[in-house]
Amino acid sequence: MTAWFEKTGHEIRDAVASGAVSALDVTQSYLDRIDAVDGKVGAYTQVWREPALAQAAAIDARAKAGQPLGAMAGVPVSLKELICTTEGHTTCSSRILQGFQSPYNATVTEKLLAADAILLGKVNMDEFAMGSSTENSAFGVTRNPWDTERVPGGSSGGSAAAVSAGYVPVSLGSDTGGSIRQPAAFCGITGLKPTYGRVSRYGLVAFASSLDQIGPFGRSAVDSARLFACIAGYDPMDATSAEQEVEKELFDLEQAEAIRGARLAVPSVVAKLLPDDMQKAFQATLEEFREMGAQVEEIDLPYMEESLSAYYVIAPAEASSNLARYDGVRYGQRPEGEFENISHLTTRTRSEMFGKEVKRRIMLGTYTLSAGYYDAYYNRAQKVRTALRNAYVEALKDFTAILTPTTPAPAFKIGEKVDDPVAMYLSDIFTVSANLTGLPSLSVPSGFHQGLPLGAQLLGRPFSELTLLTLARDYQRATNHHQQTPELAVRG
Amino acid sequence: MSKITQNDVEYVAGLAQLDLDDAAKSRLVQEMSDILSYMDKLNELDTDGVEPMMHAMALTNIFREDEVKPSMPRELALRGAPMHDTEYFMVPKILDAEGGGA
Repeated sequence: MTAWFEKTGHEIRDAVASGAVSALDVTQSYLDRIDAVDGKVGAYTQVWREPALAQAAAIDARAKAGQPLGAMAGVPVSLKELICTTEGHTTCSSRILQGFQSPYNATVTEKLLAADAILLGKVNMDEFAMGSSTENSAFGVTRNPWDTERVPGGSSGGSAAAVSAGYVPVSLGSDTGGSIRQPAAFCGITGLKPTYGRVSRYGLVAFASSLDQIGPFGRSAVDSARLFACIAGYDPMDATSAEQEVEKELFDLEQAEAIRGARLAVPSVVAKLLPDDMQKAFQATLEEFREMGAQVEEIDLPYMEESLSAYYVIAPAEASSNLARYDGVRYGQRPEGEFENISHLTTRTRSEMFGKEVKRRIMLGTYTLSAGYYDAYYNRAQKVRTALRNAYVEALKDFTAILTPTTPAPAFKIGEKVDDPVAMYLSDIFTVSANLTGLPSLSVPSGFHQGLPLGAQLLGRPFSELTLLTLARDYQRATNHHQQTPELAVRG
Repeated sequence: MSKITQNDVEYVAGLAQLDLDDAAKSRLVQEMSDILSYMDKLNELDTDGVEPMMHAMALTNIFREDEVKPSMPRELALRGAPMHDTEYFMVPKILDAEGGGA
């Protein structure tokens, strides 16, 4: 019996399309695996057994009838809990949306269904995408498959853990300040945050509307690229959607020509921000890129430290506005009992149903936007944002991509940073720039530190995902970090 | 500038429609002060003459023809509500007994 959970998305699709295996058998094999071992990791919040099997059967029927099949035919995918689906619930891992059935599918959901992907279910996240560890979920902690005493990262921790542990070949997450790239690094897989506007946000429950993007996780750049190609593209339902062609090469990245003469810029401030015990690993990564044929140069890139401060003003501010809609009136939960008036209803609903981190960010955001403080904080942060983008765009005129570690350290222990918000926020130091500037950025597995995965981050020009993914693919041909799997994934 | 007081926390909680107990209030006074001190880094930069950025990518306004298209069916729109009467979302009374606003 083939261990389908060891196969790539491409291998599965090829096998289903050629009739070598039925979508039903592949789906069943993943469902069995989830049932048997997800208890150790807790990646899944919902498993849609019957609907997934029905989807698979329908695809098999069409395959048998010789009808054309989508690019993801028979490939199981799992979705972060904040992507709207008419199937199951969309909870954002929050009590306030417990049991919520979305009345519509997100555009990315529709696109996956059109591509014949099998939607296996929903995976865990930090509540409303606020967090870097998936410890802020109302429905339990997700564990890192490499060391179950450690966090998988966040906020898309469930999406990353599910791919890392072999519970699904590819998955979708979202990234507002690093929430795809950081868990990808912590879990030893490949994750991409697309250029702002590349992937429709219609049906993505909003955290910070000028920063959010949906993106793919996969065990390789090749698998991530096809999933990205399926979900990207202009959407009239999203007013911030970019009219940008989706390059055909993304569907079959294995065939793309290698990038010759790549010039990679490493900001000099990285040496200051990276702890001593991480420097050696990063130098080894730079060496690997050099051996691959890339030119690696150090440059002065300003505003990286300030980018984190700007992010923690802008993101909570936008969140405080977006989360004002949760008032116990039109959807979601409402507490039991009587209410004096509507204000009482709203206050009780929010106070009883939002978690600690969400409240903390709403408070921060409300404060920085309030009269008297708007100029000092929000306006100033938005100016820093302009300065940051100008600096990056200028630097990228002479370089293919900017290269940094994805995180200052590998996965930390569960509970270690939960009571120290500033320490938690510091793990985003390398990732937030991509969201503030809207530029595309991905993380690839780049090695290990004391048995825990590390990631290297590439950030490129607007809409340069094909270049970044091809560079990542070239890197993955020259190295084998991405092929390592945690023991849990092998022995179960 | 980054020293938050209990009054600040209570005022902001009112704006954010959050009810905080005393323990949460003192915790937030400390946490918000810590986080906002970190924000003071922003004040060290010279941003004279720099325009604030609202959106990273150039956006143009989206228009379409003024054609009537189907809306979400009422039943579906009400389905997620904690309380409804098949026509309206239901909420507690908005006016208090004296006739003033809530």
